[in-house]
Amino acid sequence: MAEIIEFPRPKSPHLQNYRPQLTSVLSFANRVSGIALALAAVGLVAWLAAGASGAAAYGAFDSFLSSIIGRILLLVSTLALFFHLCGGIRHIAWDAVLGFELRSIYASGWAVIAATLLLTAATWIAAYLIRG
Amino acid sequence: MVLRSGTEPQVQAQGLGSAKKGVHPWAAERLSAIALVPLMIWLVASMILLRGASYAAFLAWLRQPVSSWLMVLSLIAIFHHTALGLQVILEDYLHSALKVPAITTARLACFALCVAGILATIRIALMH
Repeated sequence: MAEIIEFPRPKSPHLQNYRPQLTSVLSFANRVSGIALALAAVGLVAWLAAGASGAAAYGAFDSFLSSIIGRILLLVSTLALFFHLCGGIRHIAWDAVLGFELRSIYASGWAVIAATLLLTAATWIAAYLIRG
Repeated sequence: MVLRSGTEPQVQAQGLGSAKKGVHPWAAERLSAIALVPLMIWLVASMILLRGASYAAFLAWLRQPVSSWLMVLSLIAIFHHTALGLQVILEDYLHSALKVPAITTARLACFALCVAGILATIRIALMH
């Protein structure tokens, strides 16, 4: 009978052995923001379901969003949305083989961070200007 | 003696090539991403305008045919993209027996949430 000898696959060094770089940090952040947005999407459905249930349920959901926890969740969702949106546009450009040079990758990475912060700030300022 | 190096025996791989289906989920993820760019700009703009608005104003907004249409499109694109994205993450990090049940749960949850959102939107559109 054949004797089976297992040779485990070689493993690359653990993630913690690498110095964080803009490229790897943004790649990971794209996934983390995607997971955050999956949770925000549950919130979107809850908001619509509350709206369909009636004034009481909608009011309860609205007062939760106005609370400190609600506002923090909304802020995190806004940041995650704009980061994932801008990062997604960067990924689509890469799929079209645009901006693949190392210099461009770093420039677009910093541009994504700047755009995320600017768009989030603009959204919240506009929302507060609408109704004090 | 059989040596298993952790790679598939060459004879099993030879001549088979890829399943040639891998490109479909990849392309679907990009297609939904492109659809989500204008849809999410619309959703954020709508939510800015709805901040602090009354229930009546919320209903008036979502009952507009354009709003109902864009909300249903958004829900389909969001949950299609979410299901594909979560599957990639689960495939990358889960290697145990949990992988298939986790992917199945994520996909079914996305489908169920999408339908719940669409039904709520339709109920609001048809409210009187």
